[in-house]
Amino acid sequence: MAKILLEMKNITKTFPGVKALDNVNLKVEEGEIHALVGENGAGKSTLMNVLSGIYPYGSYEGDIIYNGEICRFAKIKDSEEKGIVIIHQELALIPYMTIGENMYLGNERGTAASINWNETYGEADKYLKTVGLEESSRTLIKDIGVGKQQLVEIAKALAKHAKLLILDEPTASLNEDDSRALLELLLKFKKEGMTSIIISHKLNEISYVADKITVIRDGSTIETLDKKTDDISEGRIIQGMVGRELTDRFPKRPHVKIGDVSMEVKNWTVHHPLYSERKVVDNASFKVHKGEVVGISGLMGAGRTELAMSIFGKSYGTGISGQVFMNGKEVTMNTVSDAIKQKLAYVTEDRKGNGLILSNSIKTNTTLANLGNVSSHGVLDADKEYAVADEYREKLKTKCPTVEQNVGNLSGGNQQKVLLAKWMFTEPDILILDEPTRGIDVGAKYEIYCIINDLVAAGKSVIMISSELPEVLGMSDRIYIMNEGRIVGEVDGKEATQEMIMSRILKSSKGE
Amino acid sequence: MENKIRVSEVLKKYTMVIVLALVIILFTVNTGGKMLLPQNVNNLIVQNAYVFILATGMLFCILTGGNIDLSVGSIVCFVGAVGGKMMVTNGMNPYLTMIVMLLVGLLIGAWQGFWIAYVRIPPFIVTLAGMLIFRGLSNVVLEGMTLAPMPDSFLALFNNYVPDFFGVEGFNLTCFLVGVIVCVIYVLLVIRGRITRAKKGYRVEPFGGVLIKMIVICAAVLAFMFRLAQYKGIPNSLVWIAVVIAVYTYIASKTTVGRHFYAVGGNEKATKLSGINTNRVYFLAYLNMGFLSAVAGMITTARLNSANPTAGTSFEMDAIGACFIGGASAYGGTGTVPGVIIGALLMGVLNLGMSIMGVDQNMQKVVKGLVLLAAVIFDVVSKRKSFIVK
Repeated sequence: MAKILLEMKNITKTFPGVKALDNVNLKVEEGEIHALVGENGAGKSTLMNVLSGIYPYGSYEGDIIYNGEICRFAKIKDSEEKGIVIIHQELALIPYMTIGENMYLGNERGTAASINWNETYGEADKYLKTVGLEESSRTLIKDIGVGKQQLVEIAKALAKHAKLLILDEPTASLNEDDSRALLELLLKFKKEGMTSIIISHKLNEISYVADKITVIRDGSTIETLDKKTDDISEGRIIQGMVGRELTDRFPKRPHVKIGDVSMEVKNWTVHHPLYSERKVVDNASFKVHKGEVVGISGLMGAGRTELAMSIFGKSYGTGISGQVFMNGKEVTMNTVSDAIKQKLAYVTEDRKGNGLILSNSIKTNTTLANLGNVSSHGVLDADKEYAVADEYREKLKTKCPTVEQNVGNLSGGNQQKVLLAKWMFTEPDILILDEPTRGIDVGAKYEIYCIINDLVAAGKSVIMISSELPEVLGMSDRIYIMNEGRIVGEVDGKEATQEMIMSRILKSSKGE
Repeated sequence: MENKIRVSEVLKKYTMVIVLALVIILFTVNTGGKMLLPQNVNNLIVQNAYVFILATGMLFCILTGGNIDLSVGSIVCFVGAVGGKMMVTNGMNPYLTMIVMLLVGLLIGAWQGFWIAYVRIPPFIVTLAGMLIFRGLSNVVLEGMTLAPMPDSFLALFNNYVPDFFGVEGFNLTCFLVGVIVCVIYVLLVIRGRITRAKKGYRVEPFGGVLIKMIVICAAVLAFMFRLAQYKGIPNSLVWIAVVIAVYTYIASKTTVGRHFYAVGGNEKATKLSGINTNRVYFLAYLNMGFLSAVAGMITTARLNSANPTAGTSFEMDAIGACFIGGASAYGGTGTVPGVIIGALLMGVLNLGMSIMGVDQNMQKVVKGLVLLAAVIFDVVSKRKSFIVK
């Protein structure tokens, strides 16, 4: 048996209110490619952040044993010195610097007072050759494609003398050819003795390169499969990833009659705002009825938020094409205020960044999207505004001393309720809820589900975007499955299972 | 326990008012009472009229996200130069000239606002360019010379005093009566507001606090007007200032447009996703700044009784300083017109007090700089728990 290079023993990491990792164990042998799989939020990235020192020693429990010694990394530099280098999903390159400058950022050649540029570019070119990238190291990052940028990240890791390479979703934004080239590169490194950990949702890639697969679910290690001894078919892996009981976490919805189609979207295509040749949403069509909850399921980066925001007054993307029908009539919504007038509301997934003004009161936030309703001729009616905010506080059971309280001081669940109140106050017929329960506790989740049930009972339509499969299954009448910008399936809410959705997503990633 | 919390909250809310009161007391003691002589109280208003006006406009720029306007001093000068050229050189009608001056201000505001709001050029750059452009154009218009004197009807609008209707020797009764009327109206408004709120069943503030606040404000207003009455009465520039303050306080606190400014500064993305045209908010901020710069330009031209190429130098710094001292956040989203007026008053009192004491001009700058820094440090640090950022 080969030498164990890395062992993570009983790692437990808690965030306020959430146990992100619970006694996780991971063993990686020298010279193997070890895959880490699990749903969004299962704890894969948290585990890797613990390993690389982003969460320093002391903020978690358990031991990291690397090369036979216990490590206590206080910062990323410490782990990098040992040869553990992580490449994040979001590329961390600076567009207006050259490849060489990026590769040696924070690791400059020469002295602090005088950088040795000849050495920098000479060394950089050497590593670029190793990863098979035919570019000069003096090229600016912004001038090369995303596939080549991923190779630069790897070259950067090699320049730090990496012994253990961690790749978080390395092929997420790559096309077929670039992905293949990257996987071949990993196999080549393996022959040369490099150890890698790869996090990926693309199970076909994992079956191709990985020697061992560790499955993580809800912050715990479920099992480790060995290529030599175990069945590592995709079905087997999916079973490990989602094998969880659906408990009674969802309020029963009294029978709601599903009415006519309230909104229909046809052939919706959206391009990336910066890289305008890249399609983020590709020819998506869907519809929603009155009194219906429609779930949109998919992995992160599937294009769900982009789909919703581009419909909501074109607040995302360029080169948008397609048609939207409201109650059978075609409408155009070029601005957010158009969308609000069409009785559409979009409740963002990023409540702190895009949703609320944290430095303002609950009252101000509640009325912001519909100030016209609490004012006449542009003059605010302070008393009416207070009354409206207080009414919603009561209706949604927001816990706060008064509605004059700053939103920044509320818990996540209560912030989410304020955000919902803000959009319910615009009196929409169709609500798009983007990750409505992200980062809030179980009790608050239940209350949000009750609010959704009340909304559809009142004849409104709800489109719920969620990465949590149990939530989608528990709440939706109908489910659309989205992957890589396309809608790849539609299933009835009652018949759908987690396995069915997962396998649909993973199959479409292979291009079937 | 509850009382203690409330005291600390009051201290935090009214820090600058308390500092202003302390500074006034300090100077009064140190100057043997000269600080509060009627003429000095009058000068405090007349000399700083431009600061009040410009700081009010600057607040709206700063609200949008800590954006400042560096060009206001140059616009003041340019507007004055245009006025001087029309009235002095060409002998044109002062009222027509004033309309043209306001239009010029609006035009400049629209020019800068367009680049900032719709093309998204950073305000710092656009207004730095404006600072150079309009200072240069002022020189071109004036051909490097000072134009004087201004027509009397123009001067009268800004430099005269509101006439007295009673003729009491040595005391302008009209002035004091205005003070009394202002206090009565204020008290009535507060009481009426409380009654209607109570009737509709809304929460009302504890009466004790409101009473103390009313007494303090009325006492300050009456004492102030009493001093002015002992001098020449109400200066016309005070009327202009009062109108500007009243209108803009109303806009900021009671209108939807005002709310939009606070929202953009608090979280622009969320504001945009709430269906508010954020570009328009930026545009309005700078359009308005141009307009108020023109008003300040008229006041300054009248006070100097001339249009000269160096008028308005470093006015922008006074306005920006007053805003930050007055509690506007350097990141945008918070700040009030009354707060900014307190900030401007504090700057004015420091200027006046130190001048009476005969403090060296250069040391005066040092003191003002330190006060500005201290105010912003207080603003930034009081919002978080630790002093040093890790």
